[in-house]
Amino acid sequence: MLLALLSEGPKYGLQLREEFEAGTGEVWPLNVGQVYKTLGRLERDGLAESDGTGQDGPQKRFRITADGREALAAWLRTPPDLTSPPRDELVMKVLVAARVPGTDAHEVIQAHRVYLLELMQQWTRLKEGEARDDLSLALVVDAELFRLDAVIRWLDAADVRLERAAAEPPRPASAPVPSPRLRRLGVRR
Amino acid sequence: MSRPGQGGDSGNAVSVLELRGVSKTYGQEPTAVRALAGVDLSVRAGEMVAVMGPSGSGKSTLLTIAGSLEEPTSGEVLVCGMALAGMPRGRRARLRRRVIGYVFQDFNLLPGLTAAENAALPLELDGVAVPKARAAGLAALAALGVADRAGRFPDQLSGGERQRVAIARAVVGDRRLLLADEPSGALDSVNAGEVMRLLHEACQRGVAAVVVTHDAQLAAWADRVVFLRDGRMTGQTTRPPGPESLLTPRETR
Repeated sequence: MLLALLSEGPKYGLQLREEFEAGTGEVWPLNVGQVYKTLGRLERDGLAESDGTGQDGPQKRFRITADGREALAAWLRTPPDLTSPPRDELVMKVLVAARVPGTDAHEVIQAHRVYLLELMQQWTRLKEGEARDDLSLALVVDAELFRLDAVIRWLDAADVRLERAAAEPPRPASAPVPSPRLRRLGVRR
Repeated sequence: MSRPGQGGDSGNAVSVLELRGVSKTYGQEPTAVRALAGVDLSVRAGEMVAVMGPSGSGKSTLLTIAGSLEEPTSGEVLVCGMALAGMPRGRRARLRRRVIGYVFQDFNLLPGLTAAENAALPLELDGVAVPKARAAGLAALAALGVADRAGRFPDQLSGGERQRVAIARAVVGDRRLLLADEPSGALDSVNAGEVMRLLHEACQRGVAAVVVTHDAQLAAWADRVVFLRDGRMTGQTTRPPGPESLLTPRETR
């Protein structure tokens, strides 16, 4: 992201922080220390260079290098690692609710569903207000809404699955089917 | 502005729509199907309520009963403080025409009428004099930002403009209650959101709305979301929706 901002022209550290926050809808605050640390790393790796005043601090202006432009183009097209499912606390809770005797899994699911919708309402208010004139913020808000929407859909599906399972007689306890593929995938912490 | 609730205990405290212990059963025992079971719901002026639930949960039945298109098996329905039960058929029909606006899935604009004529249609059907109805139609189009499209026919309008005309038609005149069943139909998510934004803006101008949807992203536009399951309300959102808490600076990483 910092490289992307530098690709527009030479910039100062503080300016980069401001532009980063504005460019991401101010949803991810960034402290100045992080900015300078990252700039230092970019400089070390030859992806960015600074005005040769030799002096650290806000006066230093950074520009992107040719290598930096290449790295930026490559980064944009490199898919993020989504291969292993994250260890999701909500999934855990529903799994537990399904097993613990005396737990009404539907009620547990419903409570989470209400909470998620309340969150979605808050994001939507943001979309209705500030995000109307802020494209970056609108994109970030959309991403969050789609993510929360997916979680709610999963809860809906889990609800149906649990209801169906409760209606069916339990299957005979046969030998558990090993799932080597899943094990290979592993679970990211 | 004439108040349809006049004569009753009108005032701001009165809900535009109130369901009290509403149940609806279709058919006879032993094969009776219970669509709604003891639903309480109160919607104030200016409030937009979304009703969510799986198919068969009773969402659409709730809407047809709220719109007095069907009668509950038991329980009470009040519109602007007036109980629908026991109201003479003619009066109820008039209430339905004057107070309640409907937004349909596919917008249902009449192709042979201009945008202004479409928007004015509910009033003309209700016997309002044509010039007065047209003026109200134009005002509704203006409120939705499509006054300059008044003379166009539906096939000369973009999809977004058609949505606006359809919502203008639903709020034309002094309509107080807006009922919408999956109002964004087959629209893509950005345009579907736009429909919800327009409905929410209509509410901010004082209308009450009940929107049935299975889509959480659309429901999130509402001020309050209620959940139905097997004809019962299983919960509703309570937090006053404000984005502030999302943007309070957090230390990350």
